[in-house]
Amino acid sequence: MFLFKKTDPGVRELLKTAKDGVVVCGHCKEEIDRKELIRNYYICPKCQKYLRIPARDRITLIADRDSFSEMAANVTSVDFLKFPGYEEKLNKARMSTGEKEAVVCGVCKIDGISVAIFAMDPRFIMASMGSAVGEKITRIFEHATRYHLPVIGFTASGGARMQEGIVSLMQMAKVSGAVKRHSNGGNLYVTVLTDPTTGGVTASFAMQGDILLAEPKALIGFAGRRVVEQTTKSTLPDNFQSAEFLLEHGFIDQIIPREDLRDTIVNILKLHSRKGETL
Amino acid sequence: MIAYEKLKLARQNGRPTGSAYLDELFTNRLDLCGDRRYGEDAAIIGGIGYLGDMPVTYIAIDKGTDLDSRLKKNFGCPKPEGYRKALRLMKQAEKFNRPVICFVDTLGAYPGAEAEERGQGQAIAENIMEMMGLKTPVISVVIGEGGSGGALALCASDRVYMLENAVYSVITPEGCATILWKDAKRVADAAECLHITAEDMVEYHVAERVIPEDFTHFKRMCADLKKVLLSDLAVITQNSISGMLENRYERFRRIGIYEEAAGKYGNP
Repeated sequence: MFLFKKTDPGVRELLKTAKDGVVVCGHCKEEIDRKELIRNYYICPKCQKYLRIPARDRITLIADRDSFSEMAANVTSVDFLKFPGYEEKLNKARMSTGEKEAVVCGVCKIDGISVAIFAMDPRFIMASMGSAVGEKITRIFEHATRYHLPVIGFTASGGARMQEGIVSLMQMAKVSGAVKRHSNGGNLYVTVLTDPTTGGVTASFAMQGDILLAEPKALIGFAGRRVVEQTTKSTLPDNFQSAEFLLEHGFIDQIIPREDLRDTIVNILKLHSRKGETL
Repeated sequence: MIAYEKLKLARQNGRPTGSAYLDELFTNRLDLCGDRRYGEDAAIIGGIGYLGDMPVTYIAIDKGTDLDSRLKKNFGCPKPEGYRKALRLMKQAEKFNRPVICFVDTLGAYPGAEAEERGQGQAIAENIMEMMGLKTPVISVVIGEGGSGGALALCASDRVYMLENAVYSVITPEGCATILWKDAKRVADAAECLHITAEDMVEYHVAERVIPEDFTHFKRMCADLKKVLLSDLAVITQNSISGMLENRYERFRRIGIYEEAAGKYGNP
């Protein structure tokens, strides 16, 4: 009998480059060994809170080893409205995350099956969607349409990036157009809704998948909780806008614990290909 | 403070609401109700009528004109069933080859608990995606406020017109001011920063036309608007369906300002 599940290959990959040391859980404020946290799929071993995962680590966790090839890596935001504080916010986000933008996308293999993939990074201005994020996700859908690839998307976002004004709102339509073309081509799109998926991202590509999965207790909604409370002048139940709330109301297909996510996605990909057919 | 002055005008009491345009522009009107899923949302009026001698489907967000109608219409903040009704009527228009004309005037989609329970985000997402593939022409006219996703759910169109003093924004200036300065009273500054005017929309390729306002001669103003709608519809329908959809895709595809490697891409 095995007491422990065999270490996931994705976890092994992350552990190779992980630095020693401790991090503080944002939820229970306890100190956690960084490697233990990664071994536990970024779920706090003390309080079981699903901590947010950097975009690149998301991809490493699900992709076959060394199979990821990044696309549109150099698309970056511009402060074209000279919006107060935007330039500083961008610089700070780039410095603290090492990423150029709030989404990482490309192609990879999952259990030998070729897919297009994107993962949003909530550490980068709450993964809000401006021109760069919209452009990158549009390109990944266009690429997937051209080569008949499924798209696996990990969403996390505060919504449209107000620092880019109306142009950021239009990214919702731009991406939706690309999703529509991908769908018309008979291609599969699976979204994994992670904490937090809100605003304009919920109101566009997050909800447009053929299959919608979510992580346990992830916040998923359109309007912000405080706005809803002000509108209804009442306090809302604790589970309001949680993944469990959406499942109950019929808006997602399943809630998948992190340790089962890869297997679930592999199964979905296989169910969308003919048995025995090599993709 | 041009943006703030326009914002005030766009929200002003007595400004014609969606139903006023329907009354002036369409004859033989047949209003159609309900989303066939959950309910009827009075914030969105939809139906069929003649624009000149052409049958069209109209969809209008209506804020209401007095307290009673405003309460009934939720001050023009649609619920998911309103957006789903709009989509139902658009699909119907597609079946019967009728163009769709949308009139947009909303602070935003209704941010209430029941709207969240019934999938406000999903309803808007589905509208935008389906509009991007709708095989019939769609023209949207922002007649007052174009509030965020709640407006975009009726604006994934072949053409967007802005009334002269209408505004279109990613977030309410109040919401923006609260986030930026923790002070909802700095609406004027936020409105300026967000670039929300009709001229801004033309500059960023979000709208094709600015429609002059003349509410004292509303009939004449609407007669002119009708001429513009008919002439643009004639241009759009000259194209094949696939050509029209290609143009609609490109209309949004080219919006975005970003940098890549050394150079600046996108427009303007």
